[in-house]
Amino acid sequence: MARTPSSRSSKPKSAGTRKSPAKSAAKQADSGDNFELRSLQEAFEKDRRYKADTEELLGFYEKMLLIRRFEEKAGQLYGLGLIGGFCHLYIGQEAVAVGIQSALEEGKDSVITGYRDHGHMLAYGIDPKSIMAELTGREAGISRGKGGSMHMFSTEKAFYGGHGIVGAQVPLGAGLALAHQYREDGGLCAAYFGDGAANQGQVYETFNMASLWNLPIIFVVENNQYAMGTSVKRSSAETEFYRRGTAFRIPGMDVNGMDVLEVHQAAKVAVDHVRGGNGPVLMELNTYRYRGHSMSDPAKYRTREEVQGVREKSDPIEHAKADLQNMGVEEDKLKEIDKAIRAKVNEAADFAEKSPEPEPAELYTDVLVGDY
Amino acid sequence: MAIELKMPALSPTMEEGTLAKWLVKEGDEVSAGDVLAEIETDKATMEFESIDEGTIGKILVPEGAENVAVGTVIAVMAGEGEDVSAAAPAVEEAPAAEAPAPAAEKPAAKERPADPEIPEGTNMAKLTVREALRDAMAEEMRLDERVFVMGEEVAEYQGAYKVTQGLLEEFGPKRVIDTPITEYGFAGIGAGAAMGGLRPVVEFMTFNFAMQAIDHIINSAAKTNYMSGGQMRCPVVFRGPNGAASRVAAQHSQNYGPWYAAVPGLIVIAPYDSSDAKGLLKAAIRCDDPVVFLENELVYGNSFEVAQLDDHVLPIGKARIMREGSDVTIVSYSIGVKFALEAAEELAGDGIDAEVIDLRTLRPLDTQTILESLAKTNRVVVAEEGFPVCSIASEVIAVCMEQGFDDLDAPVLRVCNEDVPLPYAANLEKLALIDTPRIVQAAKKVCYKG
Repeated sequence: MARTPSSRSSKPKSAGTRKSPAKSAAKQADSGDNFELRSLQEAFEKDRRYKADTEELLGFYEKMLLIRRFEEKAGQLYGLGLIGGFCHLYIGQEAVAVGIQSALEEGKDSVITGYRDHGHMLAYGIDPKSIMAELTGREAGISRGKGGSMHMFSTEKAFYGGHGIVGAQVPLGAGLALAHQYREDGGLCAAYFGDGAANQGQVYETFNMASLWNLPIIFVVENNQYAMGTSVKRSSAETEFYRRGTAFRIPGMDVNGMDVLEVHQAAKVAVDHVRGGNGPVLMELNTYRYRGHSMSDPAKYRTREEVQGVREKSDPIEHAKADLQNMGVEEDKLKEIDKAIRAKVNEAADFAEKSPEPEPAELYTDVLVGDY
Repeated sequence: MAIELKMPALSPTMEEGTLAKWLVKEGDEVSAGDVLAEIETDKATMEFESIDEGTIGKILVPEGAENVAVGTVIAVMAGEGEDVSAAAPAVEEAPAAEAPAPAAEKPAAKERPADPEIPEGTNMAKLTVREALRDAMAEEMRLDERVFVMGEEVAEYQGAYKVTQGLLEEFGPKRVIDTPITEYGFAGIGAGAAMGGLRPVVEFMTFNFAMQAIDHIINSAAKTNYMSGGQMRCPVVFRGPNGAASRVAAQHSQNYGPWYAAVPGLIVIAPYDSSDAKGLLKAAIRCDDPVVFLENELVYGNSFEVAQLDDHVLPIGKARIMREGSDVTIVSYSIGVKFALEAAEELAGDGIDAEVIDLRTLRPLDTQTILESLAKTNRVVVAEEGFPVCSIASEVIAVCMEQGFDDLDAPVLRVCNEDVPLPYAANLEKLALIDTPRIVQAAKKVCYKG
């Protein structure tokens, strides 16, 4: 059901806005319209895993491994005091960013996320050197050392950050989607947020407007099971986040976020739906973070066995590796990839350590764009 | 090459810690993710995990050691295929003496441009502030396809205060967007659309409701350009009525000028008359920075002359001398200017020649115009419809004291609202708000004629 971008109230509506018993009855009859919460889920369940060829899967594997090794190195540099402040690692969640980013169209679609943003940037092909140099607060950093771990952007790659306030990226993402619709450029926005952010009021304000205005946006809940130290069960009345768009007529999808092929397949279904002018989709990606919420989190709210269990049974990289081996990729080839990635990450770390700090005069630049 | 295991920094503030417990011993094989030790930081006991695979060589710092500085080598590890005995610590290089950090030179404030000359013979028309604001938006929307207006009741209702009257008819629903009552959400959508390259004008029905959205105005809009190293702009205008209206009590009567003017990265404009409302709103919409544009409901219906020019745009950051005088300077903005001008008239009758300055822009503040006037009159009163504490008046006083001390012949006085939430009862409301007699009294006092 394609809709014109200029029409802002194109959802089928009952005639009046005030409730009366007669209207409520009319509304009930109306609920049998073309809104199908589970329609996308059903389409996705018919064929859950994307059939990647060897080259494609190798590409996904390399990206996930790059994120893993990069984040391990970032953790190490944090320990050495080269990275300061807050630093949230993406280890364990790699399949989400890689599976979704690969379903988007570069140069057309925009992406926005929260503070756990290194992985998304790497998945989008942003130079690891400029990311690591930002982490160490150097001039060569992607934000010239002024943003740090949580505030990185690449307008060139349509990556809009990197936002430190939990949930803020959701309405900002809807604004990016509105810009796509306004310009009629065919693009969409993928707005990532966590299970913690999913309890923010502004998320639901955004769901309402995004659905009302038919905005081209995919809401991606990365459910890594813990909002800092509070488990989903302890914080959320509805723990199935994909259902949370129901009240706003946003179809939901429940996806295994530990399998890059499943994530990619689901993302393709969502992208097709949104690209077709059908309004927003809410995807829940069930994943897990191996490290603490940030580097200073001792993670005492879960057992070591729980973490080890996920690592051993559901690791997204091991999963892809096993798939590759089944496809006949030799162990040597995988070792070679691992070696090349380690070298790339070491090079980034070396660069980040050696780059100079910003010039003191940079303190005063970029506060305002204009000169008043 | 042997891998040095160093005392890790495990929190943003940690400088040293206690090596509480070793969980490995010399000769142990470890793989990535294995816990090597427990370390007590200033916040908690943390597990120190191995990043690499290898064999533990020499343990250099025993368990129980306290005050181990971050970066101290606590053990060495041999990598895959290396000899453990070879895994000795590298000779520590003597740290170079730390050079003092060079100071950052603050760029000098530049001369602000004056208002453009109005050519002789230009037709002047009387316009209400409401009409001037509407005209500014309509003209900019005609000029730039990226400009659109969103907010509560801005389209079909024609604006809660009729400021957006007629815009829907001319520009259609794509560019004049009615939002639900959801300030936090639509302020974020506006800021996001600006990041995405559009030029949104976000109307708040009043700035009192913008408190629900203040996170996006400050954290999302104001800071992004800086945090992105100048990469990502947010050219959004947040506008709407601000300050006390009439008999609407405390939650609906507050001047947010000082709140927003405290934030680097924002432009804050608070015009008084129609000409400034139009010229500065047009400048705000064209501006590449996020702007908070504070209007005043009580002057929406007042008429003032506006030059009928094709493109009436005024400079941001420039104050306006509303009335020249030589005895005392009254600095004000927004509705306060009305009272300041009335006070100046009254003072003239008493033989005191007052100069009235309308700040117009609250951030960046035109300190030069204030200081030049101070050098001339040697006396300053600040008149502000708002709370007195941590106000724009406080800032102007600080500027006069820091930069104009030698020119002062009397302490600078501020005339503000009373320091109480605004009451509802008519008599109490009147007592709480700034008025002309109080400004007259303060001006006389600084002239030692009171």
